[in-house]
Amino acid sequence: MKVSNVPFQGTAEQEAKLIELIEKYKGQKGCLMPILQGAQNIYGYLPYEVQKIISDNTGIPMEKIYGVVTFYAQFTTSPKGKCEISVCLGTACYVKGSAAILEKVEQELGIKEGECTDDGAFSIESCRCVGACGLAPVMIVGGEVYGKITPDDVPGILAKYR
Amino acid sequence: MKTIQDLIEIKNQKGAQIGIRFGGDAEAEKTYILCCAGTGCTSSHSGDLMDNFRKLAEESGMTDKIEIIPTGCQGLCAKGPVVVVYPGNVHYQLVTPDMAQRIWDEHIVGGTPVADFLMKEETAEGEDIPFEESSFYNDQLRLALRNCGKIDPENIDEYIAREGYQAIGKAINEMTPDEVIQVMIDSELRGRGGAGFPTGKKWLFASGNRGEVQKYVCCNADEGDPGAFMDRSILEGDPHSVIEAMSIAGYAIGANQGYIYVRAEYPIAIERLEIALKQAREYGVLGKNILGSDFDFDIDLRLGAGAFVCGEETALMTSIEGNRGEPHPRPPFPAVKGLFQSPTILNNVETYANIPQIIIKGADWFKSSGSETSKGTKVFALGGKINNTGLVEVPMGATLRHVVEDIGGGVPNGKKFKAAQTGGPSGGCIPADYYDIPMDYESLSSIGCMMGSGGLIVLDEDDCMVDIAKFFLGFTVSESCGKCTPCRIGTKRMLEILEKISEGKGTMEDLDKLEDLAKYIKANSLCGLGQTAPNPVLATINFFRDEYIAHIKEKRCPAGVCKELLSFTIDADKCKGCTLCARNCPAGAISGEVRSAHVIDNDKCIKCGVCMENCKFGAIYKK
Repeated sequence: MKVSNVPFQGTAEQEAKLIELIEKYKGQKGCLMPILQGAQNIYGYLPYEVQKIISDNTGIPMEKIYGVVTFYAQFTTSPKGKCEISVCLGTACYVKGSAAILEKVEQELGIKEGECTDDGAFSIESCRCVGACGLAPVMIVGGEVYGKITPDDVPGILAKYR
Repeated sequence: MKTIQDLIEIKNQKGAQIGIRFGGDAEAEKTYILCCAGTGCTSSHSGDLMDNFRKLAEESGMTDKIEIIPTGCQGLCAKGPVVVVYPGNVHYQLVTPDMAQRIWDEHIVGGTPVADFLMKEETAEGEDIPFEESSFYNDQLRLALRNCGKIDPENIDEYIAREGYQAIGKAINEMTPDEVIQVMIDSELRGRGGAGFPTGKKWLFASGNRGEVQKYVCCNADEGDPGAFMDRSILEGDPHSVIEAMSIAGYAIGANQGYIYVRAEYPIAIERLEIALKQAREYGVLGKNILGSDFDFDIDLRLGAGAFVCGEETALMTSIEGNRGEPHPRPPFPAVKGLFQSPTILNNVETYANIPQIIIKGADWFKSSGSETSKGTKVFALGGKINNTGLVEVPMGATLRHVVEDIGGGVPNGKKFKAAQTGGPSGGCIPADYYDIPMDYESLSSIGCMMGSGGLIVLDEDDCMVDIAKFFLGFTVSESCGKCTPCRIGTKRMLEILEKISEGKGTMEDLDKLEDLAKYIKANSLCGLGQTAPNPVLATINFFRDEYIAHIKEKRCPAGVCKELLSFTIDADKCKGCTLCARNCPAGAISGEVRSAHVIDNDKCIKCGVCMENCKFGAIYKK
């Protein structure tokens, strides 16, 4: 499993909610899906640690849980940051150097595309064409669109969200 | 806990007032403001709109004379948010929250509807006709949607006022389980999820050994076809019809437990179901001893998690069991060995929505509409290049032309109808040559198409059929569960060939390869997803072969869609040399002096289209 760099920061409160959830569904047939869905609502994602708690408390083997988590598109093993960054790699942006932008963002934050910073503040994704080709290259940070940027602009933009 | 007598009393009390919304002529005690609270209109702030109406009612001290009622989908989503006022049956369109004031002052208080806001339809000649005169309003037959858009889905009393829960009462008190199944068989109701299997037969297969084995009744509310929202609207607008039908099914086959598997992407539908289930239990029409009888039946919700394949029967059941959503070979069929290895029936939402009325009114009533082989109606979700995008219900056998041109208002912007895509990623496309084909199961399958679940996407002359096939195949490739080789690998190979063709690198042998692969994948895939994935490709090759050939032999996309085959050109006569295009071009592909005609270097051009968007003189065209 892709082990996230973000250390698991689950609180005792979250764990208590998870245990309560597991107790509620444990006796029912087909309890795993509702438990995973509820767990993802509590934690925002389903890392190894959460899967382990579920396994320990239900007796369902880890490999079974992992198999289910990785099958469904809605379940994620890596957290999204509080601030999500999306760098467009569509053709127009790519030709205008968005690959270099992505690299710079990865450098600045110390993580790769698809990952989240250790403090849970930022996560990076690439996307394919947000339809703002006139502003190429485009990067979306926290929902705001930044266009016509160069790698040198990246540190300043990120500083606004730190 | 209610008895049948209690239900009848509620119906009598509320019935007359609800009847006003259905053309009844009782004297209205109040004014009813119905606001669509389906997902579409809610996203367009119909919630805020209703709050504004409520505030206005409070401020004017008229809360006992006005009722503001959230409803399910009214149908004409293109004109949403929709508001309907009774008495008077006045339809308003595109109602934003700030429009509430004028409607309140001029209509609710003043008595005169606001002419500017009234719903209207534009004819082909460019005139406006009142909505009440339109085909959309007059030509539908709303059976599955009979309550949708008219009642508050969060108020069980309104459902009861519409004969709600009378059907389960009749079944328990006046019919044997076998008689219920016989009515379903006689009605000739066919599954509305796409396959059209006779519902009565399905129940019959699961009906053996009643009371001796655990059995299950499931509802397929996964509705994964892109462009389909029939089931969502029924769940949001009339959830009790599904709940009641499931308990009828449970009574018929001898099951006490039901599951509704609803996709997680439908949060409003989930909320409405949870409310409806709670209210049904409180009234004793769900749970132990339904309506005081010894029949128990309860329903649990199970949410999907983003897997299209879980709309397939066996995958859905294994997902409920807590597994990866991978289908199983059949036989054994679920009626014999399904959920948790027990006899199970799975029906679609729209199928269930039809059932309570069939029990109350009888099989002959249901058979009085529809065509020879396909009785009843079909709900279609109209989308794509069509004026009246939204939800419609017509008798089976209505022609495609009638649905698209009359009810749907035709193709906008003067464009020509090219094809109607039905059946989602499993379906085919009905070309213009078959515009007058009746929409029923047999007619459509006779031309290699299918009814599908009801998604109907209209395509016009600007849509490329190769691109459409590629779009659907891309979808099925990413949604394939991966269990069987023909689907996992075969569809990917087909997609690669389509990509080659759309990039101008295809050969005529590729067409043969596509057809070969398609045959193999259809014959050998484990489940319906793989078996039908090649359908959009086969249908488009069948009806639009010349488009494929143009892509291959001429490296040309006739519809002007496939980017690699396009070239953008500046018309020197129209170009003013303003340099706007050159300055915005991300690839630096445009050159020219100020005030002289500019030129695009097609080798550098990446076909993003920014130049064409920016040109104020319409001097740039693509072909």
